[in-house]
Amino acid sequence: MRMKIILSILFCVTTSWSWAQDDLLSALEAETKTETKQFAESTFKGSRLINGHTVITRKKGSLEFLIAHRFGRINSGAYEFFGIDGANVRFGLERGLTDRLTIGVGRNSFEKTYDGFAKYAFFRQHTGVHIFPVSITWFSSAAIKTLKSTDPDLKPTIAQRTVYSHVLLVARKFSPGFSLQVMPALIHRNSVLPEDANDIFALGMGARVKISKRISINGEYYQRFDTPANDPFKNSFAIGVDIDTGGHVFQLHLTNSQSMIEKGFIAETRGNFFKGDIHFGFNITRVFN
Amino acid sequence: MKSIIILYLLILSISASGQDKYITKQGRAHFFSEAPLENIEALNKEVTSLIDFSKNEVVVSIPIKSFKFDKSLMEEHFNENYLESAKFPKATFQGIFKSTSVIDRTKDGIYPVLVEGKLTLHGVTNAIKTQGSIEVKSGNVIAKTAFKISIKEYNIDVPKLVIKNIAEIVDVTVDLPYTIQPK
Repeated sequence: MRMKIILSILFCVTTSWSWAQDDLLSALEAETKTETKQFAESTFKGSRLINGHTVITRKKGSLEFLIAHRFGRINSGAYEFFGIDGANVRFGLERGLTDRLTIGVGRNSFEKTYDGFAKYAFFRQHTGVHIFPVSITWFSSAAIKTLKSTDPDLKPTIAQRTVYSHVLLVARKFSPGFSLQVMPALIHRNSVLPEDANDIFALGMGARVKISKRISINGEYYQRFDTPANDPFKNSFAIGVDIDTGGHVFQLHLTNSQSMIEKGFIAETRGNFFKGDIHFGFNITRVFN
Repeated sequence: MKSIIILYLLILSISASGQDKYITKQGRAHFFSEAPLENIEALNKEVTSLIDFSKNEVVVSIPIKSFKFDKSLMEEHFNENYLESAKFPKATFQGIFKSTSVIDRTKDGIYPVLVEGKLTLHGVTNAIKTQGSIEVKSGNVIAKTAFKISIKEYNIDVPKLVIKNIAEIVDVTVDLPYTIQPK
């Protein structure tokens, strides 16, 4: 009994002593622990994973200028300088109207296509009292091909030249070094050849793995569904590296897609990556506040 | 047995002397650094702190992600590359303050204080010492301080490519409007 008493006194005294060291900080932690809502920032480095968009939208008022290139096929040989001679370029300008809504326009040399899009971040992954596990962004675009037809009698209207793309982007930042994105997509073509479907459904998957503070490896793949029997097109695949230098983000990649917009790389990719139909490409973005 | 109970109550009463403790959840921390290309500046309005007048102790906790910059890209780089806020979400300070005169919390007045303690930032703890003030104003307490920190001392790594964009010494000001901690 006596032992117990001594022990309990010791217990009381020592606990109050140890409190005197760290009690104030732990008391503060206890006061503030619960409520803070923390958003998952920088799920991806930029607004593009490789070819496709990420859940990231621009902050209100910031303007992003993008220059993207896709060269010709690497297996086209020395005469074409391994694809470098056949460069396609897209210039793009994007603006954050609010933190959640970004709009953009672009011009592609490939098929002389103009595109415009809007992107809205519905949900952002966060912790706190209420937890939301993923970020969800909606993306819709319209693209108008202005390349003249080889048949001079064929004069499609603007509506006939227009293709709409809708992509739901769902991403989760699992850890500072690993983010995963799933993107169901629908491409709607106003006018197609009789044997082609107007609508194409696809499911994309993409991921980012950081290998250092400023460098990450990205991958992206779109699986199309209900493809016709003698389908001339392939599923889009791309692998790349992001390098963040502090003002610019450089993205270098290899892909079997030549187009840099949804309707092109999801629905009209022609290269077989594993037979060497690989396009080297890069995206450079500069953000102005 | 009685003596234990008395002792226990005594200890309890010491640790429960709540009137000496003041808390804030709306403290502000601001930093500024002048660099050749652009000044870097951010404000945090979610600083929390407890101050205990019975022991002259003070603790401060600063959530790194709550630093707001004018430029969103700067904020992103601050969190991702420099402060690594996912790995080190908070900066904390634990220390004591000394005043040359007795701080009377029943009368309005301003007291200069010397603050000494440990600052943990980016996972690195350094001893710091700075001047500050404690103002008593209608029963509440406002603590203020300003100091400089060298980013090198906190292992904040700046790549050579952008070194001229970033100053190595950063001016920090902290403003803590306390109220009595409710029981």
